[in-house]
Amino acid sequence: MTETTHTAPAKVPRADAPPPGTARPSSPRRGGLPRRLTPWLFLAVPLVLLVTFTYVPVANMVYYSFTDWDGVSPERNFTGLENYRQIFTRPELFRVFFVSFYYLAASVLQIAIALYFATVLSFNLRFRNLFKGILFFPYLINGVAIGFVFLYFFQDGGTLDSVLSWFGAGTDRAWLGDPETANTSLAGVSVWRYAGLNFVLFLGAIQSIPAELYEAAQLDGATRWQQFRHIIAPGIRPVIGLSVILAISGSLSVFEIPYIMTGGATGTTTFVIQTVKLAFQFNKTGLASAAAVVLLLIILLITWIQRRLVPDEKVDLV
Amino acid sequence: MGKKKTLTGALLAAAVMTVAGCSGQGTATGETANAPADPADASGTIKVLTHRTDLVQDGTMDKYAAEFNETYPEVKVKFEALTDYEGEVKIRMNTDDYGDVLMIPAAVAKNDYPKFFAPLGSAGELGGKYRFSDKAEVAGKVYGISTFGTANGFVYNKAVWKKAGITDWPTTPEEFLDDLRAIEARTDSLPYYTNFKDAWPLTAWSNSIGSVTCDAKANDKLGGAVSPWKRGSELNTIDSVLYGIVKEGLSEKDPNTTNWEASKGMLAKGEIATMQLGSWAISQMRAAAEKGGTDPDAIGFMPFPVQKGGKYCAVLASDYQQAVNIHSEHKTAARAWIDWFTEKSGFSAKEGAVPALKTAPMPSTLQDFVDNDVSFLERSEANTGQVNAIDNAAEIGLNKPDYRQQLVDLARSARKGSLEDFFADLDKRWNEAAATAGS
Repeated sequence: MTETTHTAPAKVPRADAPPPGTARPSSPRRGGLPRRLTPWLFLAVPLVLLVTFTYVPVANMVYYSFTDWDGVSPERNFTGLENYRQIFTRPELFRVFFVSFYYLAASVLQIAIALYFATVLSFNLRFRNLFKGILFFPYLINGVAIGFVFLYFFQDGGTLDSVLSWFGAGTDRAWLGDPETANTSLAGVSVWRYAGLNFVLFLGAIQSIPAELYEAAQLDGATRWQQFRHIIAPGIRPVIGLSVILAISGSLSVFEIPYIMTGGATGTTTFVIQTVKLAFQFNKTGLASAAAVVLLLIILLITWIQRRLVPDEKVDLV
Repeated sequence: MGKKKTLTGALLAAAVMTVAGCSGQGTATGETANAPADPADASGTIKVLTHRTDLVQDGTMDKYAAEFNETYPEVKVKFEALTDYEGEVKIRMNTDDYGDVLMIPAAVAKNDYPKFFAPLGSAGELGGKYRFSDKAEVAGKVYGISTFGTANGFVYNKAVWKKAGITDWPTTPEEFLDDLRAIEARTDSLPYYTNFKDAWPLTAWSNSIGSVTCDAKANDKLGGAVSPWKRGSELNTIDSVLYGIVKEGLSEKDPNTTNWEASKGMLAKGEIATMQLGSWAISQMRAAAEKGGTDPDAIGFMPFPVQKGGKYCAVLASDYQQAVNIHSEHKTAARAWIDWFTEKSGFSAKEGAVPALKTAPMPSTLQDFVDNDVSFLERSEANTGQVNAIDNAAEIGLNKPDYRQQLVDLARSARKGSLEDFFADLDKRWNEAAATAGS
């Protein structure tokens, strides 16, 4: 992911070390070991935080995945690859990935919506900033709150049903009641929530395209669609690529919306919900860790394949 | 320069410490947490971990603590209420810091109790005094005392049932379903409410294990490859009732949007006729009735609809049990709190629950049961460790909502398959797990 972010407006302060070789010229002879340690001294705090809160837990998780730990007991036995064998020999553990297809389909829609609005709002429009705010707002709301709000929305006789009845389409449907509509509804909530993030990424990228290009295009008589097709789309390709990777990994690891809204009932269990249930309901922390490792590997693999198929070319519009 | 080196070294050392931190288990002694001979012997500040966030927030627990201080002035009691009690305590139990008094989380395997909790006394000594003490008994020693117990059954709105022309409790599952059908036909009420979305109310069905055959040891008997869902078994009967209710459309239309808090008021108002719950729920329903301005006496409680020899049996199951952290520095004070809270606080009576103390009377909420001569069975927990090990290995979850949610989905055709196949699959998983798990 990091290799694509440099195309976004690079106003973010970089967390890199101060470049080496910028030592004050006044003390060339006093170098030696301590001098070379200086950058590490500055790095120590972020490195400690990174190691403590990222790498140690991941290493622990990998270690647990080779044990039969139940999550509480002080004893844990080393079981080798047993957990991994279970994951790959129990088809029901993998079946939950089918649920991800609902979210994958939804994310195609999500990217299309975000791209449309980003393009439209990058031109001069009345109330442009208001619309930007409205579109980005859902992303700022806490996921738990969204879950509860939409529970009322989908309730029997809830908001959705009343809105539909204004248009005469009085439905008598339990939206979260059967697997098909439940997953579609949940994926819809996910689109509502995350489209704003894609939108902001696209908007930022579009605005970094030099304005002369549009001017020149307009002088040549290019329509809006032609401007989009030949200037905007190629100009923001890396960001679209990033969004696709985020969409795929997000679809595979959907968690909070279905967990809060249905708890995984009625065929809405995703891989992460299943992992959480294994770890915290059935006390199979070892097996759940193995599942988490497998998910990590799958996402890395998909990202790698995708980078292979669509390499990150340098954008050169002029 | 030397100074810099020291600083770097210190930072690195700090880094290593941070990484290696959170190890270091305190010494765990098997020392018994004895009750103080004299109230003045108990002293220190103790922290009580509890799942009752409601009682801590509204100050009820502090009132108990103040009352406790009248007898034990040297002890200061602090409470820590955890919303996700099970999840949080389980993680904290990897350290030494999990309060002085805590409710034993369900996640802790019974055989591990001696590693986490101080023994409170021998089984003979405490078993004679308290109900449910065998739930926390390992190798002859008891590690926890129950806060209270509950009987299982159906909370119902008497007015609605009467309106449908039903005066007697149903004696068979078929009769029960007939009654619900009558309610559907003759009243505007929803005959039954599953509380499917909040999920945990579905787990209470398992507390009726034992009511069907009137056997206090029914739960223990599941500890093996016994096909628990075979025809005529406890679980087959219990789950068939739930299946029948949903299959006939006698429950709510969209179970995925049910709401527990709202359901209390709905039952009190008669919008819902029946819900399967523990007897602890009665006082909450009555409170909801008072709040909603309806008659609290309309809330009734009936046993599971099966009779043995012309009598109903209600199984009494223990709620959380209080234990003393083995790392606690104030074990005597902690024990004093547990004893006082169980015997003198009046907590279980206030909650309308079955008291842990054998000599204390049954609560008024169960008066109907006492009047109708329902026999109370105290559920035997001798084999619970083994049963739970099999249950977890099979990933079924007798005390977890998942498989019952699947059963409800099956009954309302949101899931493909037949009930026979569903039960057969559960049996198969159970029996396979029994071959490998625990023992």
